Amino acid sequence: MREVAVIGVGMTKWGELWEKSLRTIFTETALLALDDAGVDKIDSMYVGSMSSGLFVGQEHIASLLADYLAQTPVPSARVETACASGGLALRLGFMEVASGMSDVVLVGGVEKMTDVNGYEATYALGTAADQEYEGYHGITFPGLYALIARAHMEKYGTTREQLALVAVKNHSNGAKNPLAQFPFEITVDSVLNSVMVADPLRILDCSPITDGAAALVLSPAEMAKKMKKPVVKIIGTGQATDTIALNQRKDITWLEATFQAAKQAYAMAGKKPEEIDFLEVHDCFTIAEICVIEALGMVEKGKGGQAYEDEITFLEGKIPVNPSGGLKAKGHPVGATGVAQAIEIVKQLRGEAGERQLKDPKIGLAQNMGGSGGSSVVHIFERE
Amino acid sequence: MPTPSRYWREIPQRYRLEAIKCKKCGTILFPPRLICPECKSREFEDTRLADKGKILTFTIIRVPPHQFVDQAPFAVGIVELDDGVKLTGQIVDCDFEDIKIGMRVKTEFRKIYSEGESGILCYGYKFVPE
Repeated sequence: MREVAVIGVGMTKWGELWEKSLRTIFTETALLALDDAGVDKIDSMYVGSMSSGLFVGQEHIASLLADYLAQTPVPSARVETACASGGLALRLGFMEVASGMSDVVLVGGVEKMTDVNGYEATYALGTAADQEYEGYHGITFPGLYALIARAHMEKYGTTREQLALVAVKNHSNGAKNPLAQFPFEITVDSVLNSVMVADPLRILDCSPITDGAAALVLSPAEMAKKMKKPVVKIIGTGQATDTIALNQRKDITWLEATFQAAKQAYAMAGKKPEEIDFLEVHDCFTIAEICVIEALGMVEKGKGGQAYEDEITFLEGKIPVNPSGGLKAKGHPVGATGVAQAIEIVKQLRGEAGERQLKDPKIGLAQNMGGSGGSSVVHIFERE
Repeated sequence: MPTPSRYWREIPQRYRLEAIKCKKCGTILFPPRLICPECKSREFEDTRLADKGKILTFTIIRVPPHQFVDQAPFAVGIVELDDGVKLTGQIVDCDFEDIKIGMRVKTEFRKIYSEGESGILCYGYKFVPE
């Protein structure tokens, strides 16, 4: 297998981009990534998108986006694992370059979520759960994570304040990210007094509805070494599945797919959790980030909440989590999220993260998750 | 949005709680599957789910899907039945404040929602205090 590097990244500001179409927001970021890499030709492309069909009534976007990027006839594939679609696109791009099939592969993710109303968006997102045995009974995505939160609080004593601190920390980081949808700080009080969505989760525990895209360019590491920018290699990748119905899991508080994906990525990279300098993880809801850092082995099972009181996951802490602002503050255009996480890792490793730059990080980990944890993708990056 | 065929084919599970039991390892599966996730056996016998259990976790849905707008807020939980099977469903006939993890409940046949003015009336199981 060849070593693979990220040679270009591209992202534009996320938010409610009413004036822009799916193809435009994708193409803008893809062009930025190509320019950053200094290439104008690619061998193939992968696009993560959860539900362009339900959000904008457009399928077959792999070819549409290759066309608007002026790259036809290169092969292009759209991949879908719900909100982990972007992470999966990265993994497939990695595999294509590592295998020697292609040298320059564009990996992108996109979701245009505000062309539909709130009910339609809730429905589209809800299709990531078991429609016949969860959705049928009126459960929503905030509802599924609320079930996890209540069980975690009961089993481990996780507190309402600890959940709030996840959002407070991510907004504090997001305030330093000019591309974030909500680049401002919030307080524990504002979280605890925000509107209840699904007890015990309130609106400020939830990631938002976002229009956005992200793209990056992969090449063999040998090629990257001839370029001027610091070389950021992908040294580990892992992906795993779990039941998509939360009720079918043995332990409702445990993200087995994330644990398994991380296990693969750690083994491939030859790294242990304590060797990771910082993380970008899937905080679709505050409880998710707590469960994810447990499954990644950053803290003991059940101790995730305490990590926020101790502030070890904060920007200045021992293991900074979501320096970008996470899904909560940066936004969560579902198919784009996994790619944007990788971009934040690359920016941090290159020293290009501006106000939120961590002090000389060398190894970063990205974790992207679909549904209530039924899919998970983990990548580990290292600066050479 | 259930079409008649999509709704009709789930009736044995939703109305009658029909499940299957693995002949090799004894695991009860609901909904039925073609291969046992525990032991990979493909041999099953028909069974019916236990009709009582306890609440493992729950939430109150305050921002509902569109077909549940007239019902919100409502409680949904995951219940572990006495045969070990876990189900998601609404918890009704009690005040939200009285719902607790560990609380005993039984399944009852109820209307889940109405699909529009002239659409299908959708039925299934809900949980009520035992």
